[in-house]
Amino acid sequence: MRWKTVEYTGWGRVLKARGEVARPERASALAATTSEEPAPAVGMLRSYGDACLNDAGRAIDMTRMDRILSFDPESGMVHVEAGCQIGQLLKVFVPKGWLPPVMPGTGFVTVGGGIAMDVHGKNHHGAGSFGQHVTEFTLMTKDGPKVVTPKKNASLFKATVGGLGQTGPILSAKFKMHRAKGDVIVVTERRVENWEEFLPLLDNSDATYSVGWIDATAKDEALGRGILEEAETGGGLVKPAKRGRKVPLDAPGFALSPTVVRTFNALYWRKVPTKGRTVVKPIDDFFFPLDKIHDWNKLYGKSGFHQFQCVVPIAEAGALREMVEKVAASGLASPLAVLKRMGPGRAGYMSFPMEGYTLALDFKKSHAAERLIRELEDMTVAASGRIYLAKDSLGRPENILGMYPEYKDWLKTVNKMDPDQAFETDLVRRLKLRDAT
Amino acid sequence: MSQTWIIVGATSTIARAFARQAAARGEGVLLAGRDMSELESIAADCGFRGAPFAEAIAFDAREPASFAPILERARGIKGTLSVAVFVGSMPDQEEIDAEPSLVDGTITDSFTGPAHLLTLLAPLLEERGHGTVAGVGSVAGDRGRLGNYVYGASKAGFHAYLSGLRNRLGRSGVHVITVKPGTVDTAMTWGMEKLPFVAQPEKIASDILRAADRKKDIIYTPAIWWPIMTIIRSIPERIFKKMEI
Repeated sequence: MRWKTVEYTGWGRVLKARGEVARPERASALAATTSEEPAPAVGMLRSYGDACLNDAGRAIDMTRMDRILSFDPESGMVHVEAGCQIGQLLKVFVPKGWLPPVMPGTGFVTVGGGIAMDVHGKNHHGAGSFGQHVTEFTLMTKDGPKVVTPKKNASLFKATVGGLGQTGPILSAKFKMHRAKGDVIVVTERRVENWEEFLPLLDNSDATYSVGWIDATAKDEALGRGILEEAETGGGLVKPAKRGRKVPLDAPGFALSPTVVRTFNALYWRKVPTKGRTVVKPIDDFFFPLDKIHDWNKLYGKSGFHQFQCVVPIAEAGALREMVEKVAASGLASPLAVLKRMGPGRAGYMSFPMEGYTLALDFKKSHAAERLIRELEDMTVAASGRIYLAKDSLGRPENILGMYPEYKDWLKTVNKMDPDQAFETDLVRRLKLRDAT
Repeated sequence: MSQTWIIVGATSTIARAFARQAAARGEGVLLAGRDMSELESIAADCGFRGAPFAEAIAFDAREPASFAPILERARGIKGTLSVAVFVGSMPDQEEIDAEPSLVDGTITDSFTGPAHLLTLLAPLLEERGHGTVAGVGSVAGDRGRLGNYVYGASKAGFHAYLSGLRNRLGRSGVHVITVKPGTVDTAMTWGMEKLPFVAQPEKIASDILRAADRKKDIIYTPAIWWPIMTIIRSIPERIFKKMEI
């Protein structure tokens, strides 16, 4: 296999890696690399922190293994290579009346990455996590491809789904698509006055897709104000989405300064009329709102940004409110704050979801932001919550391990599959996930 | 009328991008290459992306016995028949210098193999009286350079062949395009150092399809390679022979 030395970063661009990367285009090449020179697989590098980095080591770029191998139009069962992007699948299958069962906030996520992080989407409360829809995947092992199903290889399945790539590269996966009622999405947007109003609205929403957007700069009686979006797929006529725009350079420091963010958030909140509204959108506009702006991460400037995402149990909603309060008080404006009700669905030992509320916030990199995120992490621990490793760049091992009760089961299977620790990534080393025996 | 592309060397990076784009335009693909299991995967993928016809067939530039079955299969395909040739191999010049027999394989892969196949297919194309032949050469064929002149020589031979084929097939309504890509981000170039103006395979693929629609004779892709090669071609040999580019 040919290796190329590259510098690469996670989506947040705070953490960087330099190392050799191979980019196989066929299964035989991946098989040869895995048996002779095993290295962790990476996809579109949409993890924010260091889950997709292997500094001073090697990585396998899976993005050119991206073919749709089979599809059954009766059942919706699809078999795709791991480098296939979820947004691509949406584009190909919506005209046929199907859509991926679970879609994270960006369509650039690969299926392999979606499995390794057991990603969730705006339908998590009803549909569960991505891994729960996977009926089979093929893992590339030293001895060649190995087909894994949740029934026949329960522990290997659970160690791979949400397993941070530590069982080896995924070659392909099978999962069942969902029926789409049409090629558009009907979104009901509702203005929410404050935190107290938000949670019951999320709890009582019976929409297939729902997500809350929070103005994390609002304080006092407006604390936690935002917009609730509930959506269903539908048929009808709508103009296609405009072509993508690119952020050409790193934005200057003031682009997302507190004042700009505060003003933007207030305007954004007011764009939804007081009595709410229903709009029809192209389907990808709703699921992947930021994908139209390619490289939007550059808006945070050269030094990058952190994303913090936690989930806390329902009974600990108060703790989440305190977090929002703390963020609002900090003035470290976070233009993109997302609040969502999660169901219990998760498919792997190290999967993120738990029944409760999840909150995701962006912070431009700064010492103050890093201090704040550490406090938020402590509050998550105290609330028996969990940090999402796909987003994490600052977590501390002593906090993280306790959040994942099935960690030991994961470790056991991972060490069996990869005794030489060839698939370790920067995140795994930083959080000392494979140090224990 | 529906169009079907016979894609020769279909597992190559640019060919894959081309097959996918042709499929999305609703055109059929007959995928010819060596690695049958890969070809089957590409065929399946093209089918889901809009190709009304997607099939794999064996082709090896060094095995002329594999050519006739392609002609047979092509005969059975109705509508417009077009051919896109992506085969070629590029061993390091140093490897060739150490093992001169590599010259033969390089020229077979990049020139005589595909030329043999195209000559075999030509009467069928003439009979149909329409369609396109897109032959992928290289900017390396415009001038023999220190770094890869055997590869360059085989591509130069292929360019001359395509020019003649254009002259011949044009008389019966079949259009021939000579495609000269610059450096492309493919499995072949992955890991090579300091490549100038590297293009994505999707760009080359869409340029070829556009050239087919507009009946262009010779294209450089990306277009920046036209001025670059115009300059390089105009350097007098007595200066060029001392240069390392």
